[in-house]
Amino acid sequence: MGMTIAEKILARHCGKKSVAPGAFIEAKVDIALGNDVTAPLAIEEFRKVGGNKVFDADRVVLVPDHFTPNKDVKSAEQCQILRNFAREQGLRHYYEVGRVGIEHALLPEEGIVLPGDLVVGADSHTCTYGALGAFACGVGSTDLAFAMLTGKCWFRVPQTIKFVYKGKLNKWVSGKDLILYTIGDIGVDGALYKVMEFTGPIIKRLTMADRLTMCNMAVEAGAKSGIIEPDGETIEYIEARAERPYETIHGEKSARYARVVEYNCNKIEPQVAFPPLPSNTKPISSVGDISIDQVVIGSCTNGRIEDLRISAQVLKGRRVHPRVRLIIIPATPKIYREALSEGLLETFIDAGAVISAPTCGPCLGGHMGVLAEGEKAVATTNRNFTGRMGHPKAEIYLSNPAIAAASAIAGKITSPEAL
Amino acid sequence: MEIKATAHKFGDNINTDDIIPARYLNTYDPKELARHCMEGADEEFVRKLGHPSARGHCIVAGKNFGCGSSREQAPLAIKGADISCVIAESFARIFYRNAINIGLPILESERASKRIDSGDEILIDLNRGKVTNLSKKENYKVQPFPEFIQEIIRAGGLMNYAKEKLKRKRLNP
Ligand code: SF4
Repeated sequence: MGMTIAEKILARHCGKKSVAPGAFIEAKVDIALGNDVTAPLAIEEFRKVGGNKVFDADRVVLVPDHFTPNKDVKSAEQCQILRNFAREQGLRHYYEVGRVGIEHALLPEEGIVLPGDLVVGADSHTCTYGALGAFACGVGSTDLAFAMLTGKCWFRVPQTIKFVYKGKLNKWVSGKDLILYTIGDIGVDGALYKVMEFTGPIIKRLTMADRLTMCNMAVEAGAKSGIIEPDGETIEYIEARAERPYETIHGEKSARYARVVEYNCNKIEPQVAFPPLPSNTKPISSVGDISIDQVVIGSCTNGRIEDLRISAQVLKGRRVHPRVRLIIIPATPKIYREALSEGLLETFIDAGAVISAPTCGPCLGGHMGVLAEGEKAVATTNRNFTGRMGHPKAEIYLSNPAIAAASAIAGKITSPEAL
Repeated sequence: MEIKATAHKFGDNINTDDIIPARYLNTYDPKELARHCMEGADEEFVRKLGHPSARGHCIVAGKNFGCGSSREQAPLAIKGADISCVIAESFARIFYRNAINIGLPILESERASKRIDSGDEILIDLNRGKVTNLSKKENYKVQPFPEFIQEIIRAGGLMNYAKEKLKRKRLNP
């Protein structure tokens, strides 16, 4: 019996010819990632067992992105733990404010994660890197401590569900809409324990940005990871960045899937996920009349340059609704600079938006745009749980950047077509 | 490893807030957390456990046990309350990992989850993957953990397991 791409990557990393779903394995990891929320505990655990050297100073990555620039004393102290540890261990990939970006945008951009890699990160959206043809998943702080110490992690080999996207993409429909539609279809536990493999002619034509967005949200369907087989687009993206050798891995024809789901994209409109679940989706045409107070364009889901370009395209020559605050957060310093040189930042400022330093910020209700009671926001982020962006009685609607930008102008949730 | 325990039954989708409400998350001390274990699902739970007895306790639940946040405080609270095992029809993925990593035995079995009632006396054989319901005189098969996961649980968690491995390496370099 053949293996899927996920099974093949896992088999290679535990030195076996093949692995089957359900099996427990201990595998070598290529990259172990932590952030300012999860790494402090992992570092404490690491020290508690007498660890003094990480397994590889080039492969332990620490990214203080959640509450930076430090929002208060407590977050400053969390970051200090990371900083001291990074210095002491001589970590190659540690980033200070000014160089730091949101982890899941930063690692692909820097060429830190490569096709065929096995990546663990103490952050649930680590699954983003599946878009590069890697197997990547979120773990707990103890897992990170163990991985930093030993270079290994244990896994139960997951089954894979194959999603096939066919047909034609409608106007303003992006990777974000495909994944929201999919989560809306299968539910927040629709892929529990499993890998979501995205395939089909539509996926082949998606940019890396859109692919990263899709894999980013696999965890919102309960999945262990999302994954897309590498192709020409992947290689082109990677070749410009890779600093170490890599090998692309492909699934076998005879691979067994838990389930195969096909979607005809002709029928898919831009999607909006209503609070309080990412699976609570509606097509834009049936959203109704929902006035909003704030719009956030950013996060590891949709804070890349492609997302800013499309937002600028919608905002160009228009003004943000007087009642609305539009907050735009380029996900990394590089994206910030590109947006600057392409004139996008000027378009944003002219429209009446504010531009933040790269940070997770409002995505997790941290800072830079927390919501008050009763406020409604459209966000290009990935979670609209109760209280996620501030007050438990605030409402979050998830969408793609074009819908978000159009909504900022209209003062209510709307499509660019309706402007 | 054999465990004898009294069953406490819960339903589907018990989330991490049911297991340990967010307001108690400012500590990692299992004994502190244990005082509020399962408070969101059953306020009387900790009282029902009574004083630590020779008999032990286990939790039996339905689908998707431990869904929600990835905090390790949830399995820590259960372990701190001297619950010796959780049996469920299925577990949320990160809870499942975290439980094993802190050395809390967990087992998946649809039949055990359906058949066991609160108060049943249960005998669990982790090595062989067998659950016996002494009250109902029934057996349920579960997939036994592979050797190294059993080692993690025996060591009392992933980091203790790492420590033992480190020590062994130092002793015979
Ligand atoms: S942007 Fe939001 S979802 Fe992404 S890593 Fe930051 S907090 Fe998590």
